[in-house]
Amino acid sequence: MTGALKVVRAGLFDTVQDQGRNGHMALGMPTAGAMDRIGLSLANALAGNDGQTAGLEIGVMGPDLLVEADSVRVALVGPLAPTLIEAPDAPPKPLDSDRSHLLKRGQTLRVGMVDGSSTAYLAVAGGFALPRFMGSLSTYARAGIGGFEGRKLAAGDALPLALATAPAGDERKLGSAFDYGSGPVRVIWGPQEDHFSAKGRRTFVEADWRVSKEADRMGIRFEGPTIEHALSVAKGGADIISDGIGPGAIQVPGAGLPIVLLADRQTVGGYPKIATVASVDLPRLGRLLPGQSVRFTPVTVAEAEKLRRDQEARLARAIADFKVAGPPGGIDLARLYEENLIDGIVYERPSA
Amino acid sequence: MSVRYLSCGDTAFTVEFGNEISPEINGRVMSLHAAIGGAKASGGLGGVVETVPTMRSLMVAYDPLATSRSELQPQIDALIARGLPSKVATRRVTIPCCYDDPEFAPDLAEVAERTRKTPDQVIAAHLASPFKVYVLGFMPGLAYIAGLDQTLYLPRRSQPRVRLPRSSVAIAMDMTTIYPFESPGGWHLIGRTPLWMFDQRREQPVFLAPGDQLFFRRIDRKAFDRIARQVEAGTLDWSSLISPAGRAA
Repeated sequence: MTGALKVVRAGLFDTVQDQGRNGHMALGMPTAGAMDRIGLSLANALAGNDGQTAGLEIGVMGPDLLVEADSVRVALVGPLAPTLIEAPDAPPKPLDSDRSHLLKRGQTLRVGMVDGSSTAYLAVAGGFALPRFMGSLSTYARAGIGGFEGRKLAAGDALPLALATAPAGDERKLGSAFDYGSGPVRVIWGPQEDHFSAKGRRTFVEADWRVSKEADRMGIRFEGPTIEHALSVAKGGADIISDGIGPGAIQVPGAGLPIVLLADRQTVGGYPKIATVASVDLPRLGRLLPGQSVRFTPVTVAEAEKLRRDQEARLARAIADFKVAGPPGGIDLARLYEENLIDGIVYERPSA
Repeated sequence: MSVRYLSCGDTAFTVEFGNEISPEINGRVMSLHAAIGGAKASGGLGGVVETVPTMRSLMVAYDPLATSRSELQPQIDALIARGLPSKVATRRVTIPCCYDDPEFAPDLAEVAERTRKTPDQVIAAHLASPFKVYVLGFMPGLAYIAGLDQTLYLPRRSQPRVRLPRSSVAIAMDMTTIYPFESPGGWHLIGRTPLWMFDQRREQPVFLAPGDQLFFRRIDRKAFDRIARQVEAGTLDWSSLISPAGRAA
């Protein structure tokens, strides 16, 4: 009998995701998958999994998970302040994010709020024992497929674990926070930049674009000035014969405001797409919150491909540079030495 | 005929064969879709993840860690230059459809009135249309099926329905469609099939495929209920609805 993580309190939008359901777009099947592939990759690596394993994408606020297994290793990645309740009625004890933790039966992990990003990730060593659908565990909630019953987690769900106990080994942590990059979001012109006037294209690269409240796994609607189409909207300037929509496609409907299409995007669409977010910066889009602003700056396809390969190399280095982490509440020798060198005094967090 | 290559970021590009909806252009799209699939199956075109056919273009998705645009585009050009197969193997699919229940066909009377036909003439024209699946998209399993009899052309409803039932058969413009899920929609409902266009219990959850030739077969409410029970129970022999193109199912 394998164990489970039981959702004793649901978060806001927590779904099981892997790196996407590729290969079925021709049948109208969206790829879905992690909004921030880097966060999921790091969580998997910290848990000792390969990069294709599915984890839990935490949207805005995470769940409380009761361990119903002898032990389980979980890894949390993202701006989280998780806590651990070691026994019923015990006070919650703070845990660090960006590291793995060994949890025991009866303990409750309170994942808590994601602060400063829209997504964070939780991976479990060995992954979840859930059935794949069309080769993937990614949840596509609009069609009710994949992940856990095709939907976000709800109170009472028991997420089945592939392993009955955590594999032996040290806990690991990130050497330093992964640099997602800053500055303008890199884009490649096209596929339909010729459907916009020179003025419209200038507006697109010169304006600050604010993330509206309409932002979810399907895409982000931005607010800002109006992007002018080459042909007036009344004459069909915002219509094309539907064609394929790649990840990060930026469509501009008649209203002139850009919509960046992300993991749960539809496979084809009939609005012209002025540009496409370079894959290197898609994880940044996957972390944006309403009210935040971005700018777009064009690069060539070849530049974007190189940026992506460089980022993959940095990700591999970050994984190779993981440090051994101490048990929660215990003494972290590495940290002790580092911080002693700075101010000589270490304030350890009070343990429960 | 020359093609245009359009950039879709650094993980995809679109091969555009034209800027109109025509069987010839869509035929070339489907041929390249098949040719790339064939090349991949025999170990070629490494790094190509998948292709997405539409009315007049094919999107090629690739992994920039395994290949690059500058490596792939000449290979696609070579495939096109070598000559695309003119006849792609297609299927002939028969869709049983009940037009007779007012609950299934709430717009039939209005369509008849606006096209100056009797409801039976509308049904006859739908049954006689040589349909072909051009594109799947918008939602999993939703097919844009062109070939509607010209006398049935109507714009979409001015007021889309917020909710219409799964498996509704609808027409608008020069197309027909079958809704795979309960969903909003602006097309005219003229019937319903007992088949589910998307059923995740099936090994191949999506029933239709781009390129399918498609014909409707009129059934009464009793036959509808019988087939609906088989679909619900998962006992329907779906292969009985499919035959190679050119032969009747």
